[in-house]
Amino acid sequence: MEKNKQSAKAAAWENYAALVKRITPKSKMAQGCLRAFWVGGSICTLGQALADIGVSFLNLTASSASAFSSITLIFLTALLTGLGVFDRIARYAGAGTVVPITGFANAMVSPAMEFKPEGWVLGTGARLFTIAGPVLVYGISASVVVGILYYFIRW
Amino acid sequence: MLMYLKAFLVGGLFCLIGEALILKTKLTPARILVVYITTGVILSAAGLYAPIVRFAGAGATTPLTGFGHLLAQGAISAVQDTGILGAFTGGMTSAAGGITAAVFFGFIVAICFKPKPKDY
Repeated sequence: MEKNKQSAKAAAWENYAALVKRITPKSKMAQGCLRAFWVGGSICTLGQALADIGVSFLNLTASSASAFSSITLIFLTALLTGLGVFDRIARYAGAGTVVPITGFANAMVSPAMEFKPEGWVLGTGARLFTIAGPVLVYGISASVVVGILYYFIRW
Repeated sequence: MLMYLKAFLVGGLFCLIGEALILKTKLTPARILVVYITTGVILSAAGLYAPIVRFAGAGATTPLTGFGHLLAQGAISAVQDTGILGAFTGGMTSAAGGITAAVFFGFIVAICFKPKPKDY
Protein backbone atom coordinates (compact mmCIF):
# COMPACT_ATOMS: atom_id res chain seq x y z
CA MET A 1 0.00 0.00 0.00
CA GLU A 2 2.66 2.46 1.10
CA LYS A 3 4.87 1.44 -1.78
CA ASN A 4 2.01 1.95 -4.25
CA LYS A 5 1.41 5.46 -2.96
CA GLN A 6 5.09 6.25 -3.34
CA SER A 7 5.29 5.03 -6.91
CA ALA A 8 2.13 6.98 -7.76
CA LYS A 9 3.79 10.07 -6.31
CA ALA A 10 6.90 9.37 -8.34
CA ALA A 11 4.84 8.94 -11.49
CA ALA A 12 3.02 12.21 -10.85
CA TRP A 13 6.33 13.95 -10.34
CA GLU A 14 7.66 12.53 -13.59
CA ASN A 15 4.53 13.70 -15.40
CA TYR A 16 4.98 17.16 -13.93
CA ALA A 17 8.65 17.30 -14.89
CA ALA A 18 7.76 16.24 -18.43
CA LEU A 19 5.07 18.94 -18.59
CA VAL A 20 7.49 21.62 -17.40
CA LYS A 21 10.03 20.49 -19.95
CA ARG A 22 7.42 20.56 -22.74
CA ILE A 23 6.02 24.03 -22.09
CA THR A 24 9.27 25.80 -21.18
CA PRO A 25 10.78 27.46 -24.26
CA LYS A 26 13.81 25.57 -25.47
CA SER A 27 16.21 28.29 -24.47
CA LYS A 28 16.63 31.94 -23.71
CA MET A 29 17.39 32.28 -27.40
CA ALA A 30 14.07 30.79 -28.57
CA GLN A 31 12.07 32.74 -26.03
CA GLY A 32 13.81 36.05 -26.78
CA CYS A 33 13.44 35.60 -30.53
CA LEU A 34 9.75 34.71 -30.24
CA ARG A 35 9.03 37.75 -28.07
CA ALA A 36 11.04 40.08 -30.33
CA PHE A 37 9.26 38.66 -33.37
CA TRP A 38 5.69 39.12 -32.25
CA VAL A 39 6.12 42.49 -30.53
CA GLY A 40 8.28 43.90 -33.34
CA GLY A 41 5.87 42.54 -35.93
CA SER A 42 2.96 44.13 -34.10
CA ILE A 43 4.70 47.52 -34.00
CA CYS A 44 5.29 47.31 -37.76
CA THR A 45 1.64 46.32 -38.31
CA LEU A 46 0.60 49.39 -36.31
CA GLY A 47 2.96 51.41 -38.52
CA GLN A 48 1.21 50.01 -41.60
CA ALA A 49 -2.20 50.90 -40.15
CA LEU A 50 -1.02 54.47 -39.47
CA ALA A 51 0.33 54.78 -43.02
CA ASP A 52 -3.01 53.53 -44.40
CA ILE A 53 -4.86 56.08 -42.25
CA GLY A 54 -2.57 58.75 -43.71
CA VAL A 55 -3.40 57.72 -47.28
CA SER A 56 -7.16 57.16 -46.91
CA PHE A 57 -8.20 59.80 -44.37
CA LEU A 58 -5.56 62.52 -44.58
CA ASN A 59 -5.04 62.30 -48.37
CA LEU A 60 -1.27 61.98 -48.01
CA THR A 61 1.04 60.63 -50.70
CA ALA A 62 2.68 57.27 -50.00
CA SER A 63 5.96 58.82 -48.83
CA SER A 64 4.26 61.45 -46.66
CA ALA A 65 2.05 58.74 -45.16
CA SER A 66 5.19 56.77 -44.28
CA ALA A 67 6.65 59.86 -42.58
CA PHE A 68 3.33 60.44 -40.79
CA SER A 69 3.44 56.85 -39.55
CA SER A 70 7.03 57.20 -38.25
CA ILE A 71 6.32 60.52 -36.55
CA THR A 72 3.22 59.12 -34.81
CA LEU A 73 5.15 56.05 -33.60
CA ILE A 74 7.92 58.35 -32.32
CA PHE A 75 5.36 60.48 -30.47
CA LEU A 76 3.71 57.43 -28.90
CA THR A 77 7.08 56.01 -27.85
CA ALA A 78 8.20 59.29 -26.30
CA LEU A 79 4.94 59.56 -24.35
CA LEU A 80 4.97 55.92 -23.18
CA THR A 81 8.62 56.29 -22.15
CA GLY A 82 7.73 59.36 -20.09
CA LEU A 83 4.89 57.45 -18.43
CA GLY A 84 7.25 54.56 -17.62
CA VAL A 85 5.20 52.08 -19.67
CA PHE A 86 7.64 51.67 -22.54
CA ASP A 87 10.43 50.28 -20.36
CA ARG A 88 8.14 47.45 -19.26
CA ILE A 89 7.33 46.53 -22.84
CA ALA A 90 11.02 46.81 -23.79
CA ARG A 91 12.06 44.54 -20.95
CA TYR A 92 9.69 41.88 -22.27
CA ALA A 93 10.33 42.33 -25.99
CA GLY A 94 14.08 43.01 -26.21
CA ALA A 95 14.99 43.79 -29.82
CA GLY A 96 11.27 43.82 -30.66
CA THR A 97 11.14 47.43 -29.45
CA VAL A 98 14.77 48.36 -30.21
CA VAL A 99 14.86 47.63 -33.94
CA PRO A 100 11.74 49.59 -35.02
CA ILE A 101 11.85 53.40 -35.00
CA THR A 102 10.46 53.14 -31.44
CA GLY A 103 13.94 52.10 -30.27
CA PHE A 104 15.45 55.27 -31.71
CA ALA A 105 12.83 57.45 -30.00
CA ASN A 106 13.17 55.63 -26.68
CA ALA A 107 16.96 55.92 -26.83
CA MET A 108 16.57 59.71 -27.04
CA VAL A 109 13.97 60.25 -24.32
CA SER A 110 15.34 57.85 -21.69
CA PRO A 111 18.78 59.36 -21.05
CA ALA A 112 17.47 62.92 -21.53
CA MET A 113 14.96 62.32 -18.76
CA GLU A 114 17.40 60.49 -16.53
CA PHE A 115 20.12 63.13 -16.69
CA LYS A 116 17.78 66.10 -16.15
CA PRO A 117 19.48 66.89 -12.80
CA GLU A 118 22.65 67.74 -14.77
CA GLY A 119 20.89 70.75 -16.24
CA TRP A 120 18.98 71.97 -19.27
CA VAL A 121 21.95 72.14 -21.59
CA LEU A 122 24.43 69.39 -20.70
CA GLY A 123 21.76 67.27 -19.02
CA THR A 124 18.60 67.10 -21.10
CA GLY A 125 19.96 68.82 -24.22
CA ALA A 126 23.12 66.78 -24.61
CA ARG A 127 21.82 63.43 -23.40
CA LEU A 128 19.08 63.36 -26.04
CA PHE A 129 21.93 62.38 -28.35
CA THR A 130 23.76 59.82 -26.22
CA ILE A 131 22.61 57.02 -28.54
CA ALA A 132 20.84 58.98 -31.29
CA GLY A 133 24.12 60.84 -31.92
CA PRO A 134 26.12 57.79 -33.04
CA VAL A 135 23.11 56.51 -35.04
CA LEU A 136 22.88 59.81 -36.93
CA VAL A 137 26.67 60.04 -37.38
CA TYR A 138 26.85 56.64 -39.06
CA GLY A 139 23.58 56.96 -40.96
CA ILE A 140 24.29 60.42 -42.33
CA SER A 141 27.95 59.67 -43.14
CA ALA A 142 26.97 56.50 -44.99
CA SER A 143 24.35 58.42 -46.98
CA VAL A 144 26.91 61.09 -47.97
CA VAL A 145 29.30 58.37 -49.17
CA VAL A 146 26.46 56.81 -51.17
CA GLY A 147 25.61 60.22 -52.69
CA ILE A 148 29.22 60.92 -53.69
CA LEU A 149 29.69 57.44 -55.15
CA TYR A 150 26.42 57.81 -57.05
CA TYR A 151 27.59 61.14 -58.48
CA PHE A 152 30.68 59.51 -59.99
CA ILE A 153 29.37 56.06 -60.93
CA ARG A 154 25.57 56.46 -61.47
CA TRP A 155 24.62 52.80 -61.23
CA MET B 1 -5.34 42.75 -45.15
CA LEU B 2 -2.52 40.77 -46.72
CA MET B 3 -0.32 43.87 -46.39
CA TYR B 4 -0.76 43.77 -42.60
CA LEU B 5 0.30 40.13 -42.49
CA LYS B 6 3.37 40.87 -44.63
CA ALA B 7 4.24 43.90 -42.46
CA PHE B 8 3.93 41.74 -39.35
CA LEU B 9 6.07 38.89 -40.69
CA VAL B 10 8.83 40.98 -42.27
CA GLY B 11 8.95 43.52 -39.43
CA GLY B 12 9.00 40.69 -36.94
CA LEU B 13 11.82 39.01 -38.81
CA PHE B 14 13.96 42.17 -38.65
CA CYS B 15 13.43 42.22 -34.88
CA LEU B 16 14.10 38.51 -34.50
CA ILE B 17 17.45 38.92 -36.26
CA GLY B 18 18.23 41.84 -33.92
CA GLU B 19 17.40 39.74 -30.85
CA ALA B 20 19.56 36.86 -32.10
CA LEU B 21 22.45 39.33 -32.64
CA ILE B 22 22.07 40.72 -29.11
CA LEU B 23 22.04 37.24 -27.57
CA LYS B 24 24.74 35.65 -29.74
CA THR B 25 27.22 38.50 -30.09
CA LYS B 26 28.49 41.32 -27.93
CA LEU B 27 26.29 43.87 -29.72
CA THR B 28 24.47 46.17 -27.29
CA PRO B 29 21.13 47.71 -28.31
CA ALA B 30 22.94 50.98 -29.16
CA ARG B 31 25.26 49.11 -31.54
CA ILE B 32 22.30 47.26 -33.02
CA LEU B 33 20.76 50.63 -33.93
CA VAL B 34 23.99 51.78 -35.58
CA VAL B 35 24.41 48.48 -37.43
CA TYR B 36 20.80 48.53 -38.64
CA ILE B 37 20.83 52.09 -39.96
CA THR B 38 24.17 51.56 -41.74
CA THR B 39 23.00 48.23 -43.18
CA GLY B 40 19.85 49.98 -44.38
CA VAL B 41 21.91 52.63 -46.21
CA ILE B 42 24.11 49.97 -47.87
CA LEU B 43 21.24 47.65 -48.87
CA SER B 44 19.28 50.60 -50.21
CA ALA B 45 22.22 51.89 -52.27
CA ALA B 46 22.66 48.39 -53.70
CA GLY B 47 19.00 48.46 -54.77
CA LEU B 48 18.11 45.57 -52.47
CA TYR B 49 15.93 47.41 -49.97
CA ALA B 50 13.31 49.00 -52.26
CA PRO B 51 11.88 45.56 -53.22
CA ILE B 52 11.47 44.71 -49.52
CA VAL B 53 9.59 47.99 -48.99
CA ARG B 54 7.33 47.25 -51.99
CA PHE B 55 6.65 43.80 -50.56
CA ALA B 56 6.16 44.56 -46.87
CA GLY B 57 5.38 48.30 -46.59
CA ALA B 58 5.73 49.43 -42.98
CA GLY B 59 7.28 46.04 -42.17
CA ALA B 60 10.36 47.39 -43.96
CA THR B 61 10.06 51.14 -43.33
CA THR B 62 9.43 50.95 -39.56
CA PRO B 63 12.64 49.08 -38.59
CA LEU B 64 15.71 51.32 -38.44
CA THR B 65 16.99 49.83 -41.70
CA GLY B 66 14.06 51.71 -43.28
CA PHE B 67 15.46 54.93 -41.85
CA GLY B 68 18.77 54.10 -43.56
CA HIS B 69 16.86 53.41 -46.78
CA LEU B 70 15.28 56.86 -46.50
CA LEU B 71 18.71 58.50 -46.04
CA ALA B 72 20.27 56.67 -49.00
CA GLN B 73 17.37 57.26 -51.40
CA GLY B 74 17.28 60.94 -50.35
CA ALA B 75 20.99 61.31 -51.14
CA ILE B 76 20.67 59.54 -54.50
CA SER B 77 17.65 61.50 -55.73
CA ALA B 78 19.17 64.81 -54.58
CA VAL B 79 22.35 64.01 -56.53
CA GLN B 80 20.17 63.37 -59.59
CA ASP B 81 18.50 66.78 -59.12
CA THR B 82 21.28 69.07 -57.96
CA GLY B 83 24.56 67.23 -58.53
CA ILE B 84 27.28 66.68 -55.96
CA LEU B 85 25.71 69.09 -53.45
CA GLY B 86 22.82 66.66 -53.18
CA ALA B 87 25.07 64.13 -51.46
CA PHE B 88 25.14 66.54 -48.52
CA THR B 89 21.52 67.72 -48.53
CA GLY B 90 19.52 64.70 -49.66
CA GLY B 91 19.82 62.30 -46.74
CA MET B 92 18.81 64.70 -44.00
CA THR B 93 16.09 66.28 -46.16
CA SER B 94 14.24 63.01 -46.58
CA ALA B 95 14.73 61.92 -42.96
CA ALA B 96 13.96 65.38 -41.54
CA GLY B 97 10.47 64.52 -40.31
CA GLY B 98 11.55 61.56 -38.21
CA ILE B 99 14.65 63.22 -36.79
CA THR B 100 12.85 66.45 -35.93
CA ALA B 101 9.94 64.58 -34.35
CA ALA B 102 12.33 62.52 -32.23
CA VAL B 103 14.23 65.63 -31.08
CA PHE B 104 11.09 67.67 -30.38
CA PHE B 105 8.90 65.03 -28.71
CA GLY B 106 11.94 63.64 -26.89
CA PHE B 107 12.76 67.07 -25.50
CA ILE B 108 9.17 67.86 -24.47
CA VAL B 109 8.71 64.51 -22.74
CA ALA B 110 12.10 64.74 -21.02
CA ILE B 111 11.23 68.09 -19.45
CA CYS B 112 7.63 67.14 -18.55
CA PHE B 113 8.21 63.75 -16.93
CA LYS B 114 10.37 62.53 -14.06
CA PRO B 115 12.29 59.30 -14.60
CA LYS B 116 10.54 56.36 -12.97
CA PRO B 117 12.39 54.49 -10.23
CA LYS B 118 13.73 51.26 -11.69
CA ASP B 119 11.88 48.41 -10.02
CA TYR B 120 14.08 45.67 -11.33
